[in-house]
Amino acid sequence: MTGIFVLEQALNGLQFGLMLFLLASGLTLIFGVMDMINLAHGSLYMVGAFLCAWLTSATGSFVFGVLGGVVLTALFGAVLEVSLLRSLYARDHLSQVLATFALILILNDGVKMVFGADLPLAAPAALDGPVELLPGLMYPAYRLVILAVGFGLALLLYVLVQKTRVGALVRAGASNREMSGAMGVDVARLFTVVFAIGAALCAVAGGLLGPLLAVQVGMGENILILAFVIIVIGGIGSIRGALIGAILVGAVDTLGRTLLQQLFREFLPPQWASAAGPAFASIAVYVFMAVVLVLKPQGLFPVRS
Amino acid sequence: MIEALLRKTTIAFVATLLSATAPAADKVKVGFVSTLSGPSSALGIDIRDGFLLAVKLNGGKLGSLPVEVLVSDDQFKPDVARQLFEKNVKRDKVDFMTGVVFSNIMLAALPEALDNKVIYISANAAPSPMAGKDCNPLFFAVSWPNDAYHEAAGQFANQRGFKSVYLLAPNYQAGKDSLAGFKRTFKGEVIGENYTKLGQLDYAAELAEIRAARPQVLYIFLPGGMGINFIKQFVGAGLGKDITLLLPGFSADQDVINPVGTPMAGLFNTAHWSPDFANAANQKFVAEFQKEYKRVPTLYASQGYDAAQLMNAAVRDLKGKLDDVEATRKALKNAKFESVRGAFRFNTNQYPIQNYYVRTVGADGKGGLINKSFNEPILKDHGDAYVQLCPMK
Repeated sequence: MTGIFVLEQALNGLQFGLMLFLLASGLTLIFGVMDMINLAHGSLYMVGAFLCAWLTSATGSFVFGVLGGVVLTALFGAVLEVSLLRSLYARDHLSQVLATFALILILNDGVKMVFGADLPLAAPAALDGPVELLPGLMYPAYRLVILAVGFGLALLLYVLVQKTRVGALVRAGASNREMSGAMGVDVARLFTVVFAIGAALCAVAGGLLGPLLAVQVGMGENILILAFVIIVIGGIGSIRGALIGAILVGAVDTLGRTLLQQLFREFLPPQWASAAGPAFASIAVYVFMAVVLVLKPQGLFPVRS
Repeated sequence: MIEALLRKTTIAFVATLLSATAPAADKVKVGFVSTLSGPSSALGIDIRDGFLLAVKLNGGKLGSLPVEVLVSDDQFKPDVARQLFEKNVKRDKVDFMTGVVFSNIMLAALPEALDNKVIYISANAAPSPMAGKDCNPLFFAVSWPNDAYHEAAGQFANQRGFKSVYLLAPNYQAGKDSLAGFKRTFKGEVIGENYTKLGQLDYAAELAEIRAARPQVLYIFLPGGMGINFIKQFVGAGLGKDITLLLPGFSADQDVINPVGTPMAGLFNTAHWSPDFANAANQKFVAEFQKEYKRVPTLYASQGYDAAQLMNAAVRDLKGKLDDVEATRKALKNAKFESVRGAFRFNTNQYPIQNYYVRTVGADGKGGLINKSFNEPILKDHGDAYVQLCPMK
C-alpha cells in the first residue's frame, strides 16, 4: 500500500461523499423543516438525471443540459410540493411513507413512458482523459470537476443557510416549526422554496453522476437508502451533519470495498476472502451507522435537543 | 379477443389431429424465449434478430417445412421464463425451444422442455454443469461453453508473454466460473482478484487498487452495462497506458463499442466469431443483417443465426419426421450446415468443438470501429473441461 493509493482512494471517497451530500442535504432539510418523510427524493434524482440527459442531447452541450435540467427539476419539485405533498404535512409519517412510495412507482413508470427505460449521457470529450495530480497519480479530469462542483455547492449552501435571511428562516423552521409559524414566517412559501432547492440539488447529483453511472429508471432507489443513512448519522435537519455524514459514508463505502477485501486476504484462504470481502463491504456503511447511533442516538449534529 | 382465441384453439386442435394422423409434420414450431426488455435486452434482441433473419432468408421455412416462431420476453426473470416454456411446450406443442440469453434463467426454465421431450437448442447460455454431470441428450449448445472465451484469453496472455494478471468479476457464480476459466490456461501469476457487487457501475475504488497492484494485464468479466462503465472509467483514470486491458468477446462487441467509442480502439478480446470472417456463409450473414437491421451484427446475432441454421439442416435431413425425438437428436448431431464461425462439430456432450480467435478493435473505414480477427486461432478444435463428466457417448 502506497501513499498514492491512499490519496487516490481518499479522493474517490470524497467525490462519492460530496455527491451523496447533494442528495442528503435536500432530504435532511425536507425532513427537518417540514417533518416530512419523502421516499420519492431519489425519484427527483432520477427525474433530474433524465432531464439533464435529455437536454444535453437536445442542446449538444453538457453544461447547458445540466443547468437546464437543474432548473426544470426545481420547477418540477415546486409543482409537486404545491399540488401533492403539501396535503401530506399534517398526516402521520406512515401516510407520508405510503404516499411517497406510490410516487416512486408513478414517477418510475412516468419517466419510462416519456423518456424510455434509459438515456445515454456522456461527459464532455475534453474531460475524458486523466490529469496528473502528482507524479504517478493520474486522476480522471471529470471526477475532479465533480469534486469542485460538490465543494462549491457545499460552500454555497453553508452561506445560504448560515448567512442569509432565507437560511435563518430555514434554521428556525428546522428547530421549531410551530414557533416560527407563530412568529409570522410564511411557512407555506418557505416549504415550497426548500423543496425546490432540494430537487435542484438532486438534479445536480443526477446530472453529474449520470456519465459515471447510468441514467436509467430506478436509479434513485439504492442511492436514497444511503442518503437516509447519512441524515440519520449526521442528525436530522442539519446541513453540517449531512456534509460530515456524507463524506464519512463515502469514505467508509470506498475504503470498505477495497481495504476489507485486502484485510480478509491476510488471514483467510483466497476463496473465503473473495466471498467475505464483498459481503462485508456492502454492510460496512450500516455497521458504521449502528455504531454512531449507539454512541450518539440523535446523530452527530442534532438540531433539536 | 375470444374469437381470436377460439380460432387459435381450433387451429391448434386441427393441427394436433393432423400430426396424430399424418406421418410427417406439415410445419415446424419453434418456441423462442429471450430477454427482450430492460437493460440487458440488447443481447436477446440480437439473438432474435439473427434467428429471424436466417428464417427469412430461407423463405420462412426450416428444411422444406414452413416455420412458426413464437417469440416471447422473459423480462430477465427466471420464473417468467419457466412459465413461457411451459406454455410453449404444453399448449403450443412446439418442436424446438431456443433463445434464452442468461444461464441462470435458462437453467430454471429448461426442465419444462427437457422433461416433456422437447429439444432445447441454446443460442447463448452454455453453463458448465450442462456440459458435465448434468448433460442431457435433448440439450444442444450451438454457441460456446461458458468458460471458453476466458480460457482463450488466458492462452493469449501466455502467448504475449505476460507474467502478471489482475482479475475482476462480479461476485456471482458466472463471474467466478469465468475467472476460473482464465486461470485454467494462464501460466503467469494472478497478483490480484477482485469481486464486485453484481450491477455495480462506479469502479473508482477498484481502479485505484488496480493502479497500486501494477499488473501487466487486466482481465475483466463484466457483461452489459457494467463493462461499458468500467472501460470508460479505466480509460478516464489513465490506466490504459501501463496496463493491457484484455476482454472476453462480448465485452468488446458492437453493443459495447458504440457507447464507449474511441477508447475501445486497439483492445484485444477473444471470441469464436468475428464480423470479418471471410467464409461465404458469414459474408452473406453480415451483409444481409446490415441490410435488414441497419447495424453491425454482434456475437449474439451470429449465434441466433446459427441456431436457426442448425434447425434448418436437421429438419431438412429428417424429411419432416419431427415426431421421432431420437431421430431428431441424431439429425441435429450430424447436421451439415455452413456455420458463420467456420468449421464446428458437436462433442459427445453436445457442446461445440471449435476454434477461438483473438480479435482487436480497429477502424471500419467509415469513421466507426469494428472487430477484426487474427488469422490464426488462439485455441484450435477446443472443447470444454467438463466433457469427461458427461455419461453420454
